[in-house]
Amino acid sequence: MVEKTKLRPFNKALPWILLLPLVILVLMFYILPIVITMPLSFTSMGLSFKWLFVGLENFRNIPRDPIIPQIIGNTFIYVFFTLIVFNFGMAVLLSLLTTSISDRWGGFFRTLWMLPRITPSVVYGLLWLWIFDPSKNGLLNIILSVLGMPSQDMFHHNPMLLIVFANGFVGASMGMMVFSAAIKAIPIEYYRAAMVDGAGWFTMVRKITLPLIRWHLLFITAYETLSLFTSYQYILIITNGGPVNRTNVWALYTYQTAFSDFKFGYGAALSLVLVVVGVIAGLLYIHNIHVESTSGNALEI
Amino acid sequence: MTKGEYYKIGFLQRNSSKIFNVTVYALLIVLSSPIVLAYAWLFLRSFSTGMAHGFIPTGLTFSNWRFMWEQISGLPNVWHVTFNTFILGGSVAGVVLLVSSMSGFALSRFAFKGQGKLLLLLLMLHAFPTVSLMVAIFYILRMTHLLNSLLGVILLRASMDIPWATWIIKGFYDGIPREIEWAGAIDGYSRISIWRKVLLPMVKPGLIVIAVFEFLSGWSEFIFITTFIFSNKWWTLSQYTYTALGGYRFADYGLLTAISVWYILPVTILFIFANKYMTQMSLGGIKG
Repeated sequence: MVEKTKLRPFNKALPWILLLPLVILVLMFYILPIVITMPLSFTSMGLSFKWLFVGLENFRNIPRDPIIPQIIGNTFIYVFFTLIVFNFGMAVLLSLLTTSISDRWGGFFRTLWMLPRITPSVVYGLLWLWIFDPSKNGLLNIILSVLGMPSQDMFHHNPMLLIVFANGFVGASMGMMVFSAAIKAIPIEYYRAAMVDGAGWFTMVRKITLPLIRWHLLFITAYETLSLFTSYQYILIITNGGPVNRTNVWALYTYQTAFSDFKFGYGAALSLVLVVVGVIAGLLYIHNIHVESTSGNALEI
Repeated sequence: MTKGEYYKIGFLQRNSSKIFNVTVYALLIVLSSPIVLAYAWLFLRSFSTGMAHGFIPTGLTFSNWRFMWEQISGLPNVWHVTFNTFILGGSVAGVVLLVSSMSGFALSRFAFKGQGKLLLLLLMLHAFPTVSLMVAIFYILRMTHLLNSLLGVILLRASMDIPWATWIIKGFYDGIPREIEWAGAIDGYSRISIWRKVLLPMVKPGLIVIAVFEFLSGWSEFIFITTFIFSNKWWTLSQYTYTALGGYRFADYGLLTAISVWYILPVTILFIFANKYMTQMSLGGIKG
């Protein structure tokens, strides 16, 4: 560590000159926005962009806002079910299944599940509009008609289910990749020893795999909870919170307050919660990277 | 024990691994089927006159692709929009490459006060959800006259990805033995010439990965475009597709799928030729 500074004596300022563009962009688009959000939340700023300070008015308005109870309920349902069924549940299932077969085919299925993530979000939204198309042209209704069941209009009967599915098929891949890497790092001898003792697949999963990747399970659960809480892109595209706020969640409502109703002050107050959640997610991420780097697990497909 | 029963147990035992494998594959196929079916439908539908039973193409047509040579009501010229999308993708890649290759070098090759803290801060920012700062960012863009300008979105998108890219490229720099630098220093190179002439060519694989991923990141950007761009002069394909989705949802799948296929063309090409890199990198680039 010492000899690298001694290479040339005039280098004291050089690293900071090289870091200058990074520092400027980080200040402008991360630090400054975080700092501004706080005073902004004490104003009634609207399209006039005037700093009219109104004290705690915005925060008093949050519990008075008639939509807020519904928003909180929706957010809970959205985060809970997407997490349990997909970002955690499906992720665990996919990682266990894809690591039980040859690496070539396991990798193929994992790549397939990465596809939704790298597809532009608007195109991905179209796919789900078709899958849940209320007419008989949608995938769900095609399958239902093959099974001899009546068509379903999910957009009106259960729009949240649609949102959970659309987000879940994107969200499952992160856990899947993290768990698969962790499972592949488990020494094969453990399983050989278990097989000699006559253990079946389920026993091995329960007694070896899951206990050994428990920290990864915990990290993904916590991290995905926080990131689901702040995500709204796919909801915006597919239902925009509708019909009548039935799929509206905290992050989307914040966005709409600011950019559809142009209530920037109130929007900033609502987004303070998200900023806090974001900071916690960031700290959690750092902590996990520390654990990962000390245990020597590298991510790979 | 009768002979029959004995045979049955024997069969299961002898074929247990085969049965297990078939079950695993069957489960994976069923679970993944919505993805396969949806993408297959997207491509097939864009070239067909309609779909019998929702899924079987009825005839080949290119009329779904009429947006390429005709004016579609409510939508601007697609070539202009595609050009903007290219500019956005290319510029995001350019800005991220420039900034991350400089800062990655500084973080990998110098020891200075606050280095460790800066690295941790970058990690934290990588995991931080930008969407929670939209209100304040809107205000900052307005102050700096970057609202309704592609430059604003380019800088914003680049800033969101630079923490990740810096970490990636720092890893590549870290892998270069220090002796190579010393050799350059003995030849009389300054630190900056060593960086430009010796180190940068050696981290090229990392730069290529970042360039590809950042091009796609700019190419796919939606939220910043729809929020911070007001004039359709600066639209990109994400806003174009989103607007088409609003006007023709459930009504004209032919048009919507053709636009979508056009939009995901670069993604598809890269997915086919470089999917191993892509999946590894996109996992690093995601915020969950």
